[in-house]
Amino acid sequence: MAELTKKKVFGRPSSLKESAFHFCPGCHHGVVHRLVAEAVDHFKLADSTVAVIGVGCGVFLYDYLAVDCCEAPHGRAPAVATGIKRVNPDTFVLTYQGDGDLAAIGISEIIHAANRQENITVIFVNNSLYGMTGGQMAPTTLPGQKTTTTPAGRKPRGDGYPMQMSELIASLPGSVFVARAACHTPAHIRQAGKAVRRAFSAQLEGRGFSMVEFLSACPTNWRLSPEEALRFIEEKMIPVYPLGIFKDELT
Amino acid sequence: MREKILAKGSVALAMGAVDAGCRCYFGYPITPQNDIPEYLSAALPKAGGTFIQAESELAAINMVLGAAAVGARAMTSSSGPGISLMQEGLSYMAGSELPAVVVNITRSGPGLGGIAPTQGDYKQATRGGGHGDYRLLVLAPSSVQEMYDLAGAAFALAFRYRNPVMILGDAILGQMKEPLLTGATLPLPDPPAWALSGARLRQPRLIKSLYLQEGEMTAHNWKLYNKYEAVKRQEVRVEVDCPPRCTLVLVAYGSCSRIVRTAVERSRRRGFAVGLIRPITLFPFPEAEIQRAAAAAKRLLVVEMNTGQMVDDVRLACAGTGAVYFKGYPGGEVPTPEQIEQEIERIIKAEELRRWRN
Amino acid sequence: MGRVIVDVERCKGCGYCVLACLKKVLYIDLNRRNRSGYPVAAAEAGSSCSGCARCAESCPDVALEVYR
Repeated sequence: MAELTKKKVFGRPSSLKESAFHFCPGCHHGVVHRLVAEAVDHFKLADSTVAVIGVGCGVFLYDYLAVDCCEAPHGRAPAVATGIKRVNPDTFVLTYQGDGDLAAIGISEIIHAANRQENITVIFVNNSLYGMTGGQMAPTTLPGQKTTTTPAGRKPRGDGYPMQMSELIASLPGSVFVARAACHTPAHIRQAGKAVRRAFSAQLEGRGFSMVEFLSACPTNWRLSPEEALRFIEEKMIPVYPLGIFKDELT
Repeated sequence: MREKILAKGSVALAMGAVDAGCRCYFGYPITPQNDIPEYLSAALPKAGGTFIQAESELAAINMVLGAAAVGARAMTSSSGPGISLMQEGLSYMAGSELPAVVVNITRSGPGLGGIAPTQGDYKQATRGGGHGDYRLLVLAPSSVQEMYDLAGAAFALAFRYRNPVMILGDAILGQMKEPLLTGATLPLPDPPAWALSGARLRQPRLIKSLYLQEGEMTAHNWKLYNKYEAVKRQEVRVEVDCPPRCTLVLVAYGSCSRIVRTAVERSRRRGFAVGLIRPITLFPFPEAEIQRAAAAAKRLLVVEMNTGQMVDDVRLACAGTGAVYFKGYPGGEVPTPEQIEQEIERIIKAEELRRWRN
Repeated sequence: MGRVIVDVERCKGCGYCVLACLKKVLYIDLNRRNRSGYPVAAAEAGSSCSGCARCAESCPDVALEVYR
């Protein structure tokens, strides 16, 4: 068994619990969970992190991430996180939210948390619709994209234009690090991991509000195979949601 | 260090909270409670605490939820419309078993209503105005001193039962000034054992209200139910002033009860045997005291500044014993002692006439 | 020379690892189902895995361990 003399070069991060994910096959929530767990390990934050979890497919983060967790009502995670961080600044506070949670019902809370330069980190998973409730339109749904509530495809006039949250939040002086990443290739995932670490640094250095948005596949509700979902991100989502760092005040 | 000062009701409440160890407040402007955030915006930073004026009452109650999750004594205050926006957050806090103090300086409603004092939010407060099987503990001050004292009591109850506690005031109590004797400032309590703080040398902790596994939610509902049954057994506060051979007992709370007290005292001087029951806790409701008064006096007169809300609880408590009369003054109209004296006289005279006829 | 170990019960057969592998080492074994009924990923016998871990990085279920 010569192989066993080999060194392990990749494995489950220690702050990721053993329980298998409940996500659908090909759902990128699992990748984002791993990247967050790796950053928690990287900065040795498992014993100071309080994760504030929005309502959506990611609501079971507490089953997977071995940190203190607090459930927030739908859309209100940034406000709950504000209460936690302000009262106990020694905690490392992150929110984990989907696009329905953050860009629809919670858009007021996310904007004002950034505007107050709250020293928290927001992990924002954008899969262009409401996953857990069965694939309804979200503010991030693409023009023409069919969902269970836009059966004929989303019409911007009337259904709304795709909400570009990273650009919106980056425009607020209170935000210090804002980036949008994607999870459809290993290179993009590695890039996303770097963005998470940099967002974590913003909080650790006490600089203020940081957010990373992830374009994330949702094969089930996109009615695509996992492989087709990766192409959907490349060919359809990225043109509407360009990747990159929209603000970085950490010199 | 105890001192005697002339204080406005809202400020007294805010002082009571700080003296009881409250070090964080999250609120939003709404008349007639603005004195509370205004006072705390200076007092809390001075005490090394946190004050945030949030972007909405929705955000404010969720900041309270977060602060409570890390074991802080957190408070918010508002009036009807804002309290309505806070209901989902309150339901989550009851479900997550989080302590906090929420103050409603009631105005008139529904809708934008007006800024005049009423008691129109009684049912919202006592039935836990949000979704699901839960209750709020509700305290009803009727003086500036009680605004101060009940703030401290509210925090003690909130942490003892890990449940939000509401202080139900109104625009009169909020705006009037009276002498106040402040209490000793309590030492800052340590965060409770269940608080989140980062899993250092322990297993991670979880604050949540989501229960999806078979039977989990049912068990949780009965757990909360038992909590509220214990509250009913142990935490009733009520003032009972019913001399023997009362032929009519008035029931009123908050600032309304002060006007009723004047009417009762004057009526007694005119020879009427009347009593007064003033609930201080609206949940838990003083059912036993009401039941005893109904059995003895056979007639109760409930006086409220609304179209009739607590009267339902009085009828429930009486369970058919005696007659329950009601006199309401909604929409910001404040009754006068004379109006209530006439009501007392009318009821007692009608009773004598009835007995004389039989 | 590298090697990939698949945690059969975590894998959901989404195929991202297969797409990510430059050496075409991995495939989804349709004849082998885990307890949840998913076909699981597997490595070709005697394959030329370089241990680059692109597969494991793409895996949304963190089901792959890579040795080199």
